[in-house]
Amino acid sequence: MEEKIIIDLKNISLSFGEEQILKDLNLYIRDKEFLTLLGPSGCGKTTTLRIIAGFLEPDSGEVIFENKNMNGVPPHKRHVNTIFQRYALFPHLNVYENVAFGLRVKKMPEKEIKTKVNDMLALVNLKGFEKRNVNSLSGGQQQRVAIARALANEPSVLLLDEPLGALDLKLRKDMQAELKSIQERLGITFIYVTHDQEEALSMSDTIVVMDSGVIQQIGTPQDIYNEPKNAFVADFIGESNILDGIMRRDLFVEFSGHRFKCLDSGFEKDELVDVVVRPEDVEVVPAEQGMLKGTVTSITFKGVHFEIIVDIKDYKWMIQSTDYQEVDSEIGLLITPDDIHIMKKSVYSGVFGDYSSFSEEFDELSDVNEEVED
Amino acid sequence: MKLPSKIYTFLIFLFLYAPIIVMIVFSFNSTNSTGLMAGFSLRWYAVLFSNKNIMQALYNTLILAVASALIATVIGTAAAVGIDKWKKNLFRSSVMGVTNIPMMTPEIVTGVSMMLLFVFMGRVIGRQGILGFGTILIAHVTFNLPYVILSVLPKLRQTDPHLAEAAQDLGCTPLRSFFKAVLPSISPGIVTGMIMAFTLSLDDFIISYFTTGPGFQTLPIAIFSMTKKRVKPDMYALSTLIFVSILVLLILTNVAQARGENKKKKNI
Ligand SMILES: Nc1ncnc2c1ncn2[C@@H]1O[C@H](COP(=O)(O)OP(=O)(O)OP(=O)(O)O)[C@@H](O)[C@H]1O
Ligand SMILES: [Mg+2]
Repeated sequence: MEEKIIIDLKNISLSFGEEQILKDLNLYIRDKEFLTLLGPSGCGKTTTLRIIAGFLEPDSGEVIFENKNMNGVPPHKRHVNTIFQRYALFPHLNVYENVAFGLRVKKMPEKEIKTKVNDMLALVNLKGFEKRNVNSLSGGQQQRVAIARALANEPSVLLLDEPLGALDLKLRKDMQAELKSIQERLGITFIYVTHDQEEALSMSDTIVVMDSGVIQQIGTPQDIYNEPKNAFVADFIGESNILDGIMRRDLFVEFSGHRFKCLDSGFEKDELVDVVVRPEDVEVVPAEQGMLKGTVTSITFKGVHFEIIVDIKDYKWMIQSTDYQEVDSEIGLLITPDDIHIMKKSVYSGVFGDYSSFSEEFDELSDVNEEVED
Repeated sequence: MKLPSKIYTFLIFLFLYAPIIVMIVFSFNSTNSTGLMAGFSLRWYAVLFSNKNIMQALYNTLILAVASALIATVIGTAAAVGIDKWKKNLFRSSVMGVTNIPMMTPEIVTGVSMMLLFVFMGRVIGRQGILGFGTILIAHVTFNLPYVILSVLPKLRQTDPHLAEAAQDLGCTPLRSFFKAVLPSISPGIVTGMIMAFTLSLDDFIISYFTTGPGFQTLPIAIFSMTKKRVKPDMYALSTLIFVSILVLLILTNVAQARGENKKKKNI
């Protein structure tokens, strides 16, 4: 990837009244990259996007586009376009006119507008929808119009605020692939907001994990998944068993009453640390062969694998395995140095408990919520 | 429908429309008797159209209604946009309360107080006989304003707050984004407000009576001053014409509305 930096946010802070929403945010975005802001609801993702678009001015800090300071430059003079959370299509205009909107504002000749709009509608697979009223389109089609409308202006950066949030799962997957391919074909920088970690992992070049207005980690999807910086990131991205451990010395860590070889070094002797073990990395073996021994408390079939909750010294581990285990049976776990990731203690240490409250019932509840949203 | 309820409905309509029907019938009377229908003629319509006084008053009324409706629509829409931007708090609700008060106060109070204000202002700037087109126009704009604001505000609340931002994102200045993105969505409310303002202004007698001078008579005032003497059938003719025009206007707006809704349904 090219190393040209297209947007640079320096020490951005912003408060609404008493409440500080963004705290000293530092972030640069490289040209042509797909960068995702990922974090729970209310962490300040939309706010960050609105600062880049120019709808909000930071209390302090600098917004820099291609080495030019953009503080105080109004939205219509910035070379970015936004796809809003709820599309914000113009209801009084048809599909063609919606896409042509920005071009008309620029006073482009009618002939060029026509070519451009047709190109854009072809790009998003909406040929033949020109005359349709936007209210008569499905959610996915409206989404495509919003994308075509933004891209028609040939922005150097496209901001997308949870663009797929309102679509159902199947459509969301299709659109993810489509967006990614559009981004690669046109070579545009995407700044993408989502709270769906799977979406972030599968689409991004770079992921920025945020929580309560603070950036927790910036890295590639692999970095973020394999080497989370703290317990928040480990918990938010994928499933993880987070344990209290002691770094006995370089390459040796002790947790759950057992000493493990690991690949991490650079800690103090006997430093307290957080240890992450991903459920899919653990190997299930007969109890007497395991490094750790525990009792199976529940097992759930998930299609690709079984999800097994194992009680080891009062910590409920989650293990994913393709083999069925009887509830109440004793099993052993094998953990290789590769499977262990060590993190420094942070404010998030101990915040995320084990899997004791995790049950099928809980799962069903969250499924129902998702359906209602759709 | 059962028979009793049919009869009931018929009676209600009869009650509502009997006076108007009687008036319409007598406007075509060939004599000026109010007791006897002597024969059909358009005599009183001819008399009406040759009455310079009435024709001038009609012209005045129309000019006043159009001007006051237009001004109230512009000011009222701007006010509604401003109010809509405020956060929901005590300040906003008190502003809305203040906006609504003029609709509740008896017209006679509004009329008298406005007259007082105008005369007082006249004194201050040292002019006699300030009451006339200017003052009655101000008065009409004032009592029309709340109706415009109240018909535009709900439309504003229904429109996506991000529309204006989307337009700016695509290169519009803030002002232009209002005209290109927000205005089209709230235009039904604006039109409703304008029609309401127009009809209220046409209809108004009490406030007009207090805030205009001898130089500018509106139709209701002209009719009122003529009825102080003896009511002649040309007044029936005039009232018939007004009734018919309002009826036509009503049918037209209804048809337009029905068409608009049909179109929307087709699109969805
Ligand atoms: N105009 C505003 N006035 C006051 N507080 C605001 C305003 N806009 C946002 N906030 C607050 O700022 C915080 C961050 O909001 P933001 O919209 O950036 O969250 P988000 O990460 O986009 O969340 P979501 O995933 O739910 O969209 C929230 O606590 C929100 O309540
Ligand atoms: Mg948001």
